[in-house]
Amino acid sequence: MRRALACAAVLMVAPALAQQKNQFADYQRMTAEGSPVELFELGGEELWKKPQGPKNASLEKCDLGKGPGILKGAYAALPRYFKDAGRVMDLETRLLHCMMTLQGRSREEATKQLFGNADRPSEMEYLSAYVAGHSRGAKMAPGASHPKEKESYQLGKALFFHRAGAWDFSCASCHGAQDKRIRMSALPVLSAPKFARPLIATWPAYRVSNSQFKTMQWRLNDCYRQMRMPEPNFASDSMVALNMFLATTAKGAEYRGPGTKR
Amino acid sequence: MMQRRGLLKAAGALLLAGLLKPFAALAAWNKEAFASKSSADAMKSLGSPSAEASGGIVIEAPQIAENGAVVPIEVTSNIPGTTSIAVLVEKNPYPLVAKFDFTEGALPFVKINAKMGETSDVRVVATAGGKHYQATKEIKVTIGGCGG
Amino acid sequence: MAGPMKMRATLASGYTDVRVLMTHPMATEQQTKGQPHFIQNLEVKVNGKTVIEGQISQAVSRNPVFSFRLKGGAKGDKIEVSWLDNKGDTNKTETAVA
Repeated sequence: MRRALACAAVLMVAPALAQQKNQFADYQRMTAEGSPVELFELGGEELWKKPQGPKNASLEKCDLGKGPGILKGAYAALPRYFKDAGRVMDLETRLLHCMMTLQGRSREEATKQLFGNADRPSEMEYLSAYVAGHSRGAKMAPGASHPKEKESYQLGKALFFHRAGAWDFSCASCHGAQDKRIRMSALPVLSAPKFARPLIATWPAYRVSNSQFKTMQWRLNDCYRQMRMPEPNFASDSMVALNMFLATTAKGAEYRGPGTKR
Repeated sequence: MMQRRGLLKAAGALLLAGLLKPFAALAAWNKEAFASKSSADAMKSLGSPSAEASGGIVIEAPQIAENGAVVPIEVTSNIPGTTSIAVLVEKNPYPLVAKFDFTEGALPFVKINAKMGETSDVRVVATAGGKHYQATKEIKVTIGGCGG
Repeated sequence: MAGPMKMRATLASGYTDVRVLMTHPMATEQQTKGQPHFIQNLEVKVNGKTVIEGQISQAVSRNPVFSFRLKGGAKGDKIEVSWLDNKGDTNKTETAVA
């Protein structure tokens, strides 16, 4: 259900006050220190180990890029090219791949409830929290050497700046210039490493405003909704490319683990 | 035979009910205080109708919250002998948020996440040695982002 | 059926820091049109002895997280936190001080 949105009307340019930038620092610190995020990691652990699908297999042999079942640091090295799939994949795309290949589940079944709600989080949300949690402290370093990885980055970059849809918006419309905000939330310039790093280093994340754990595929999907673009396909090349662009722009940042946001 | 079975069943159900809720049997919940629509009424119901302002109560909370659904509030009472701490949000429909009673084994300290409907004072009432003390701190509540 | 709970208890200087996470809707009257569903009571025990009793309300955030501090403490002390909600549901979690 697409909600009517008046936000574009309140997209503002705020004066560059040093105070403005930090006014939520205490709030963000204190909410992160007491956040339900770990409960989602716990839920993800259960799902990772749970045999499911026609093959009655768990995800424990899923290769997230570091080898079958290796979780440590895997998220920080995504997106990357996977030879067995012949394409660049981000976390959720790879999880879906493992659900289909290891567990034998159909794409339709595995993607039936991609984005959950406060009462019923989705498998992807739990699993994303669990996997991302294992990259705490790792330096973000998505794939950059394979030609497909470079191609994905270029596509993501082009998409970031491409204006389209009913309102002629691009990601850069909100995330392309400094000191913009939507109501009280600052809009970081995501095409600049300096501003992208602290942000990308804290996704996926628990959102206190609706008590839900949100993933990057959700974040992109929701941005597209807010831009009045057609709904993107889950795990499509273009969505992976946007994630690749963002992760590459943020590369070198220390991954903080699944975050807590307003 | 049927009578005996019926009796056993009834006894079993009662026993089970008792076993299922041992906590419930012991746990008190101050319905009146939590239903109070003003800080003053809540404090009366808590048995602390008047409390003197004290710098011994430290409230650590953000000056401004990005969302009112979760507002972190940390309270420490440095007043010796503190046995309870109550947290109220003045402008909430029901100001009393929580009350904690401490025994010897715990420090009079708590951090909670509270819901705040709007910018408001947070009031903390501490009880020590039968006397009551209070402190307040304003927390501004805003809405960030595109409608939740 | 109560959702997952998690607790961590670590020794700090002169006290034990306890952080407990709970899964609960903490749904208000307003949100539920008159049928609120929230945790009312909390109990913190150290080695079987109650040290903190909490009474909380619908004004506590969904999926509550609490921090407490226990006097002193030693590695291996058994900490237990339990809750009871207004529908009679309960849950509890235990951990040893690390």
